Amino acid sequence: MAEARTMFDKIWAAHVVDRMPDGTCILYIDRHLVHEVTSPQAFEGLRAAGRGVRRADATIAVADHNVPTENRAAGIAEPESALQVATLERNVREFGVPYIPVTDARQGIVHIIGPEQGISLPGMTIVCGDSHTSTHGAVGALAFGIGTSEVEHVLATQTLLQKPAKNMLVRVDGVLPAGCSAKDIILAVIGKIGTAGGTGHVIEYAGGAIEALDMAGRMTVCNMSIEAGARAGLIAPDEVTFDYVRGRPFAPKGAALERATEHWRSLVSDAGAHYDRVVTLDASALVPQVTWGTSPETVVPITGHVPDPAAEPDAGKRAQMERMLQYMDLRPGQALAGTKIDAVFIGSCTNARIEDLRVAAGVVRGRRVADHVRAMVVPGSGLVKAQAEAEGLAKVFTDAGFDWREAGCSMCLGMNPDKLKPGERCASTSNRNFEGRQGPGGRTHLVSPAMAAAAAIAGALTDVREMA
Amino acid sequence: MEAFGRLEAVAAPLRMANVDTDKIIPARFLKTIKRSGLGVHAFAGLRYREDGSENPDFVLNKDKYRRAKILVAGENFGCGSSREHAPWALLDFGIRCVIAPSFADIFFNNCFKNGILPIVLPEAECAALMDDADSGPNARIIVDLAAQTVSRPDGEAFSFEIDPFRKRCLLEGLDDIGLTLEKAGSIDAYEADHVGAPWLPSIEQV
Ligand code: SF4
Repeated sequence: MAEARTMFDKIWAAHVVDRMPDGTCILYIDRHLVHEVTSPQAFEGLRAAGRGVRRADATIAVADHNVPTENRAAGIAEPESALQVATLERNVREFGVPYIPVTDARQGIVHIIGPEQGISLPGMTIVCGDSHTSTHGAVGALAFGIGTSEVEHVLATQTLLQKPAKNMLVRVDGVLPAGCSAKDIILAVIGKIGTAGGTGHVIEYAGGAIEALDMAGRMTVCNMSIEAGARAGLIAPDEVTFDYVRGRPFAPKGAALERATEHWRSLVSDAGAHYDRVVTLDASALVPQVTWGTSPETVVPITGHVPDPAAEPDAGKRAQMERMLQYMDLRPGQALAGTKIDAVFIGSCTNARIEDLRVAAGVVRGRRVADHVRAMVVPGSGLVKAQAEAEGLAKVFTDAGFDWREAGCSMCLGMNPDKLKPGERCASTSNRNFEGRQGPGGRTHLVSPAMAAAAAIAGALTDVREMA
Repeated sequence: MEAFGRLEAVAAPLRMANVDTDKIIPARFLKTIKRSGLGVHAFAGLRYREDGSENPDFVLNKDKYRRAKILVAGENFGCGSSREHAPWALLDFGIRCVIAPSFADIFFNNCFKNGILPIVLPEAECAALMDDADSGPNARIIVDLAAQTVSRPDGEAFSFEIDPFRKRCLLEGLDDIGLTLEKAGSIDAYEADHVGAPWLPSIEQV
């Protein structure tokens, strides 16, 4: 009998083109997603070497990081951002790469539109010059972020030089309590294993609580695998996946879909497959999570308190905690609930799908954003935006005093006009709370969409379960 | 890519764990369409004060470390984003080698593509090098890639591991893409077997 294999082992083996004596493999790439920030130097490299794009028909480009989220028709005011997007447009024309223009209804964050368009499919290898490519693992694809040199490598050869990762299983059982979501699961996982806990591994998420998630929730979980240091996150494709994929514009149809689905079923990990590391979490014990520091692993339940550096025996770690508390302007022992905030950001590739907006709107409906809070909702794609408008969610947000924006990365990272001001404190549904991530001096608390909505109303970090 | 052989240089001690890529190069500097010129923005949030002046407390602003070519740092160096602007910024500043107890995967990969050697050493050896680095120009550290050693000023040498393939690429300054294209026949054969499967539709038109 053949050896029991994990889903990662199977997808990997199916993509090895060649293997060198030291184990380095030439790995075939099925999908290459390209955006404006990490690609200009790669196309420039191709041009300099006189090389072309090997498989434009496996490549798709979109601009998301640098685009303004209001008044799209007016173009991009900031000259460097405008140049970067114009450079992408010139490159896709010159190299024949399919492109979704900024003004197209389907434009959005690359990791939202890949699955949404059926571009990202189970069993594929998917790469993008962006670490949150791990998101696409939710459909059962091996998806990971690469640097710009590797972007050039894929453009030129449709392959990458890689060594296999180790296998890690994160098993989440139990039923998620009311008020908790996929975001709370992944924040709790990162809190448990740390930001380097997954280094060198591909994490497969399994267990009843993962199977019970819809695709949006699964994407939220896989999205933040990189915050746990993992190379990628994976979830076995099942009926939820197949229902999601069916009918998407770039997905197979008819007989091809049937044959594809049969193939996809064969991808799941075999019983008895070996994992180098196994971590378990009980979802039923979860409480909504919130970060207090400047690393995603610094997470506590909303009922918790800021830890005291004095209790940390390791001098280096203690110094780091002290620096975080100083940057975040928090005191040891302070309760997280009740901490006053200045801004709320509902958006990003972690939490800007229609399902996220429905949950947030459910909390906001009939209420008002606190007077001192600047709150914005930035849908993950033009199609999410249109859907939310059709369902009346946009009106729920704007009636409550939220800004309602065009799709893009927006305030997830401070490189477009949406930024925190120095010292501003933000409840954010994004994925990184690094120093300056949302603007120099900005202070980020990572939370779920429901918790961000609750914070906007209360004007402070608050337990959404108490807002019923 | 510039080849990496032997490096004898001043090392700067960056006593921080989890140095993320937003720290190495904040997002607002990623708008460039070039690889060069990012050195001035390396560690911008730590290196400059709000008014744009240098923060004299930051290690790379101290005279003895302005020309450091080696960085000794804490665990999980380079976590966060895939931005290759991070190694580009380090390289443009003059850093050719980073030594730490552990690195984030994508950053680690990106270093090799740019002629920067990331070296993983045990905590205790990193701590010893960190102490050496404190002495500034009075303590030069020697990195020998061929021998896979890092030598302290007192002559003690630590050995490090490196993939044979990566080592060869770095020593000879080889271009990955050129190497892979030597295997174009294998890629052609793979595509003949796989491309066009029902589960791999191509993106014909947007
Ligand atoms: S939304 Fe944020 S994390 Fe996601 S791709 Fe954009 S910048 Fe990166």
